[in-house]
Amino acid sequence: MTPVLAQIAQIFLVVALAPLITGWVRLVKARLNGRIGASPFQPYRDVFRLLQKEAVVAHSASWIFRAAPYVTFAAVWLAACIIPTFTTNMVLAPAADLIALVALLGVARFWTALAGMDVGTSFGGLGASREMMIASLAEPAMLMVSFSLSLITGTTSPAQIVAFVLSGGVGVEVSLGLALAALIMVAIAENGRIPIDNPATHLELTMVHEAMVLEYSGRHLALMEGAGMVRLTLFMALIGGIFAPWGMAQPEAGALGLAIGLGAFLAKCFLLATALGIFETVIAKMRVFRYADFLGGALLLGLLATIFLYVSEAV
Amino acid sequence: MMGNVSLLDFLSSGHPVEGHRPWPRFRLDIRAWRALVGQLATSEWSVISLWGEPEEIHVALRDDESGQIAIASHPCPERWYVSLGRARPGVIRLERAAFDLWGLAPMGLEDRRPWLDHGRWPSRKPLASQPQPAAERPLTYDFLAAEGEGLHQIPVGPVHAGVIEPGHFRFHCQGEAVVRLEQRLGYVHKGIDGLLTERSVEDAARVAARVSGDATVAYSLAFARAVEAALGCEVPPRAHWLRALMAEMERIANHVFDIGAVCNDAAFAIMLSHMGVLREKILRANDALFGHRLLMDRVVPGGCARDLSEEGAEALKHLLHGFTKDFERAFKLYDNTPSLSDRTQGTGIANGSLVHRFGAGGFVGRASGRGHDSRKAPGYQPYDMLDLSIPVYAEGDVNARLMVRFDEVRESLGLITQILSDMPQGAFRAPLPSLAGEGLAVVESFRGEVMVWVRMDESGRVARAHAHDPSWFQWPLLEAAIEGNIVADFPLCNKSFNCSYSGADL
Repeated sequence: MTPVLAQIAQIFLVVALAPLITGWVRLVKARLNGRIGASPFQPYRDVFRLLQKEAVVAHSASWIFRAAPYVTFAAVWLAACIIPTFTTNMVLAPAADLIALVALLGVARFWTALAGMDVGTSFGGLGASREMMIASLAEPAMLMVSFSLSLITGTTSPAQIVAFVLSGGVGVEVSLGLALAALIMVAIAENGRIPIDNPATHLELTMVHEAMVLEYSGRHLALMEGAGMVRLTLFMALIGGIFAPWGMAQPEAGALGLAIGLGAFLAKCFLLATALGIFETVIAKMRVFRYADFLGGALLLGLLATIFLYVSEAV
Repeated sequence: MMGNVSLLDFLSSGHPVEGHRPWPRFRLDIRAWRALVGQLATSEWSVISLWGEPEEIHVALRDDESGQIAIASHPCPERWYVSLGRARPGVIRLERAAFDLWGLAPMGLEDRRPWLDHGRWPSRKPLASQPQPAAERPLTYDFLAAEGEGLHQIPVGPVHAGVIEPGHFRFHCQGEAVVRLEQRLGYVHKGIDGLLTERSVEDAARVAARVSGDATVAYSLAFARAVEAALGCEVPPRAHWLRALMAEMERIANHVFDIGAVCNDAAFAIMLSHMGVLREKILRANDALFGHRLLMDRVVPGGCARDLSEEGAEALKHLLHGFTKDFERAFKLYDNTPSLSDRTQGTGIANGSLVHRFGAGGFVGRASGRGHDSRKAPGYQPYDMLDLSIPVYAEGDVNARLMVRFDEVRESLGLITQILSDMPQGAFRAPLPSLAGEGLAVVESFRGEVMVWVRMDESGRVARAHAHDPSWFQWPLLEAAIEGNIVADFPLCNKSFNCSYSGADL
C-alpha cells in the first residue's frame, strides 16, 4: 500500500472508529453498573440524529460560535491523522511531530472555550474557565512527556518514535514508564473523563466540557461530540502506538502486515477502552481544586522521566 | 430566671381554646403575643410551624426541655401581627408565605419580599377573607446583593437539566468560591391550604398524602393522627403497628436512594446502581404487601387501608435478611472508596449552632448535633414500645448526613423486625365519628418532623388544615452550608440535604 493510500485509510479510520470506542466505554460502564446498556453502536445513531436536526443558535452568538465546531473538529481530526495507528508508512508522517500534536489540540481547546464564552451564559464561562485551568496544567505535562520521549528516541516524530521502539532501540526504561503514567493522566484530563470531569453528568454546576458545549444543537453539537470521540481515539492510538507499538505495519510490510497492524490497533483500542470503563467505575470525581494536584503529578512524572534520562546517562 | 418558664406556664396567661387535642391551643392578645416574641429570643423553645387563617395567626411551639407542645394563636383583625422572625430566623420564610396566602403582615420583619407568590396566581392573597385581583405582570424579585471585585452571578434553574423539582438558585461567586447562595422557591405551589378547606375527610386525606410525594406515608400518618385527635377517635392497636411498618419502609426506600444519588453526584455511579436495586426491592415489597409501590393512601384516618397477611409478613422477613446483607456490602464500598470520602468529608458543613437556631430536624439536624426525633419526643404509638436509638453526628458535613442515613436504615430494619414479631392481632380500621374539634399531630418523616393541624366542623368535615414540611427549616441551612465552598460542590451538598420543593411550596 502506498503512503498516500495508507494516509487516506487512516483519515477515515479514526473518524469511523471513534463513536464505536466511545460506545464501548459506555457499554463497559453500564455492564459494570448492572445495566444492560445501549449498544456500542449507539453513538453512531446519536451523531446521525444530531446531524439531521436543526441547529439552533442563540441570538447573542457571534460567528465564533458558528465556526468553533468546524475548527475544533478539524483540528482534532488532523491531530488524529498524524498519529500512527496501524502503519507508520503515511504521507503525512514526516510532517508530524508531538509538538504539533499538542498545538493542534490546543487550537481545538481554545476554540471550544471561546465558543463557551461567546454566548455569554454563565455555564459556558464557568466551563471555559475550568477548561483553561486544566489546560494550563495538562499542556506542560504533555510537553514534558514529549521531551522525554524525544530524548530517548532522538526524534519528535511519532512515526519515527514507533519505528525506534519497534527496532528494539530501547529496553525497559524507567523514564518510559514514568512518561506513560504522565501521558495517561494527561489523557484523562484532556478527554474530560472521571475523575477530572464526568462525561455523563447532567449537573450544570459540575460540568467542564459539557458546560462549554451546552448551547450547541444539531450539526454543531454533532461536530463537538464527534471531536470528543475522535480525541479519545487519538489518545488511545497515541498510548497504544508509542508504548506498545507491537504489530504496527512498517513501510516494507505487505497486505498481511497491514492486516495485522489493523487488528493490533483495534485490539489495543478496545483493551484501553475497557480499562477506562473499569477505572471510571471504581473512582469518584475529584474536587475542582484537586485538579492541580492531579495534573501537577503528571507534570512531575514527565519531569522525572526527563531527569532520569540524564541521571542514567551520567551513571 | 426568665428562660426557665415552661411553655405551658407561659401560655396559660392566654385564653385556652376548647376542643384542641392532644396539646392545648391558647389565644393570645397583643400584649401576650409581644411577650411571647420577647420570650422566644431568650428561651430554648423551638418553633414547629407558623400558619394563618384569614384573621388569625398560629404558631406551634415546643419546649425542648419539658417536651411540652402548644399552639399560640393571635387574632389579628387588622391583618398584622408582631413578627417572630427576629427571634427565630427560620420563621421568616413562613411569615412571608403567610403574607402571600392570608395577607397577614408581619410587623418588624425587614424582608418583605413575596415568597410563594410570583405574581402569576389568578388572585393575590387567595386565602384572605377578601382576595386581591391578580398581579398585572409577574413580580420582579430583588436578590440580595453581594458586591466586590471579581464577583459574578450564576443563575441556576428553575428548570434543571435533570429530572428534579423546580427551584431557582442564585449564586454570587468569586471564581469557583461561593460568596452567597440565595434560593427562590414557590414554583410548585399547589394551594394545599386552600385545597384542605371545607373538604370531606377522605378528599382531604388524599390531598395531604400528596403534599410531598416522597414522604406520602408520613403526611398521611400526620393527617390521620391529627384528624383522630380532633375527633377523639381511638385507632385499633394493630393499625398503629401497620402504620409504623409502612413509615419505616418509606424511610428505608428514601434513605437508600438518597445515599446512591449523593454518590452519583460525585460521579460514583455504581453506588446508585446498588442502591437503586435495594430501593426497588422495598418498593416491590410495598406493592405486593399493600398494593402501592410508594404506599400512597395506605394510611387513612381511622386506621389503614389494608392489613398485612401472615404470608406477607413471612415474605418481608425473608426479604429483609438479604437486604441487610446487600446494604452492609454497599456501606463497605462507600466506606472503602477514598476518592468518594475525599468529596464528602468536610464539604458543605452545616453549623451546629445555626441548626439549633433554625430548629432543623431529620438527617440535617442529626448530622450537626441536634438529635431531635418526633418518634421519641413527643413520641407516638407504637414507637414507645420499640427499641429505637437516634444516630447523632457532630461534623455536619455531607459525609455525616450520609452516615446518619446509613445508621437510620439499620435502625429502621431493626424496627421492622421488632414490628413483625410483636404486632398485635385485631382490627386495622375504626369508623370515624362526626364531631367538631381541632387536632395537631407531629410525625417523623424520612426528612424530619412533619406537622399537620386540622379543624373539623360539626358534620365531620375538614374546615381547615395546614401541613408543615421539615424542609422549611432545612432550605435556609443549605444557603449557609454552601458558603465558602466551591460551586462544583453544590450538587453534592444539595443532594445531601435533599429538601422537598413541593412540601415547602405548599
